[in-house]
Amino acid sequence: MLIEQLINGLTLGSIYAIVALGFTLVFGVLGIINMAHGEIFMFGAFIGVMITSTLNAPLWVAFLGAIIITAIMGYLLERFALRPLRHKQGVSHLAPLISTIGVSILLENLSHHLFGAGNHPFRTSFAEISFQIGSITIYLVQIVIFVISIVLMLVLTFWLGKTRAGKALRATAENLETASLLGVDTKKTILMTVIIASAMGGIAGILVGMAFNSVTPQMGLSMGLKGLAIIILGGMGSVRGAMLGGLILGLAETFIVVYGDSGYRDAIAFLAIIIILLIRPQGLFGQKIST
Amino acid sequence: MLEVSGIHAGYGKIQVLKDVSLEVEEGTIVTILGANGAGKSTTMKSVSGLLKPSAGKISFLGEDVTGLRPDQLLRKGIALVPEGRQILAGMTVLENLEMGAYHRKDSEIDSDLNKMLERFPILKEREKQLGGTLSGGQQQMLAIARAIMSRPKLLLLDEPSMGLAPLVVADIFKIIKEINQSGTTVLLVEQNARQALKISDKGYVLETGKMVASGNATELLSDARIMEAYLGKRSS
Repeated sequence: MLIEQLINGLTLGSIYAIVALGFTLVFGVLGIINMAHGEIFMFGAFIGVMITSTLNAPLWVAFLGAIIITAIMGYLLERFALRPLRHKQGVSHLAPLISTIGVSILLENLSHHLFGAGNHPFRTSFAEISFQIGSITIYLVQIVIFVISIVLMLVLTFWLGKTRAGKALRATAENLETASLLGVDTKKTILMTVIIASAMGGIAGILVGMAFNSVTPQMGLSMGLKGLAIIILGGMGSVRGAMLGGLILGLAETFIVVYGDSGYRDAIAFLAIIIILLIRPQGLFGQKIST
Repeated sequence: MLEVSGIHAGYGKIQVLKDVSLEVEEGTIVTILGANGAGKSTTMKSVSGLLKPSAGKISFLGEDVTGLRPDQLLRKGIALVPEGRQILAGMTVLENLEMGAYHRKDSEIDSDLNKMLERFPILKEREKQLGGTLSGGQQQMLAIARAIMSRPKLLLLDEPSMGLAPLVVADIFKIIKEINQSGTTVLLVEQNARQALKISDKGYVLETGKMVASGNATELLSDARIMEAYLGKRSS
C-alpha cells in the first residue's frame, strides 16, 4: 500500500516537475510568469488525443506531434506576444505577463472550438497492462511516465550544464546584458528557451493525459496554477527547485488523499505556497535577492 | 582603429553625451577621464553596443559599426569589461572563462584557457568555485581574463579599479599594461586618473557629456590646471 502510493506520488510528481520546468526556464530568461504555459500544455494533451484516438497512430507519433505543435506555439508566443513588448519605452513591466494571460484565454477558447468542451479519454494500447510484485500493483503506464520524465530531466540538466547553448541560456538568465557582451545572441536564446519550455509543456500534456485518461480544455488552468506553486516552492528560476518541488507536490497530494481527506488534494499546492512564503520566501533553491 | 565622431547618446529623454569624438590608434592605451556622471560609462556603452547612439558615427577598423549589438561587435573584435565586473555569479570560474570564448569556434580555446589559468593562478585555484564567491579583485581579474578569452582586438575597460584595495589596483594596472604589450589595444575609463595616465599613451577628459580636453598622457599629467580641475589633487 505505502509503496504503491509512493509510486503514484512519484509518477504524478515527475509530471509536475516537467510542467514546472517549463515555467522556470521562461522565468529565468525573461523574468515573467508565462501564464499561457498551462494552455500550451493542454494543447499538447489534445494533440496526443487526436493522434492516438482519431488517427489511431502509435504513442511516439503523438509525442512527436505534440512536441512540434507546442514548439511552434512557443515560437509564436515569443515572436508576437512577448518580443514586441520588450525594451520599449513606456511599456509597463507587467505588460508581458498580461500578454501571456491574453494568450492563455485565446488558447482555451480555441480548444473549446476545436475539440469541444467535453472530457476526452486518452487511450493507450498498454493502459491496462500491470505487473504484480507481491501485493503491489504497478501499471506499465506509470513506468512509462516516470521514465520519460526522468530522462527528460536528465537531458535538460546535461544540456544546461555541459552544452554551449545551455550555458548561453544560463548566462542569459543570469544577466542579459553580460551575456550579450560575451557574444550571446540573446534574442535567439530567449526564443529558443520559450520554444523548449513549450515543447516540454506539450510532452507533459501527453503524460498527464495518459496518467488520468482524461483531457479537457480546463486542465491548463489548474495545472498552470500548480506549476506556479511549484516554482515558488522550489525557488523562481531554479531548475533543481522545479524538479524537487514537483516531486514534493506529487507525493504530498497522493498522501493527503490516502491518509487525509481527498477534498484537500488541490489545496496542498497553495498551502505549500503560503508556508514557503512565510518561512523561506526565496523558495527551497532560490537565491536571496542581494545587491 | 576606433573612431568615434560626434556621437550623442543617452537614456530615454536624458541626453548624456553631446557631440563626443575620440580616436584610438592601434596598439595604444587610451584613457577617458572625468568626474562621476561625466558620461564615461555612457561612452563605453555606446562603443560596446549596449547603447545605440542617437546621432554620430562609430567606425572600427575602417568599417561603420554604429548601432550594432554587443554580440555583433564582439565578433568584430571589441570586448567590454563592464563597470562592476558583471561576473556570472551562478556559474563557475571555469564556466565564466569558457563563456568568454563563446563566439569562437577555433581549436585553440583550450590552450588559451590553460594560458589564462597559468597567468592567473588564483583563478586556477578556484576554477570550480562559483563566480559570485570571489573577492572584488579576483572578480576583476576573472572579468578581464574572460574578455581576453574572446581574443579581442580592442579591449574596453570600464572603471577596472573601482572598489579595489590600492595594492590590487596596482596589480590590475600592471595586468592592463601587459595585455597591451601583447598586442591588444586598450580603451580605459578611470577615475583613478594618475595611475591610469601613467600606463596610457593618450587621454581624453569628459565633463558633463562633452570632451573638454585631450592630449598625450604625459602632457595631461603635467598640466596642473587639468589635474586640479578634473582629476583631483590626491597624488599616488
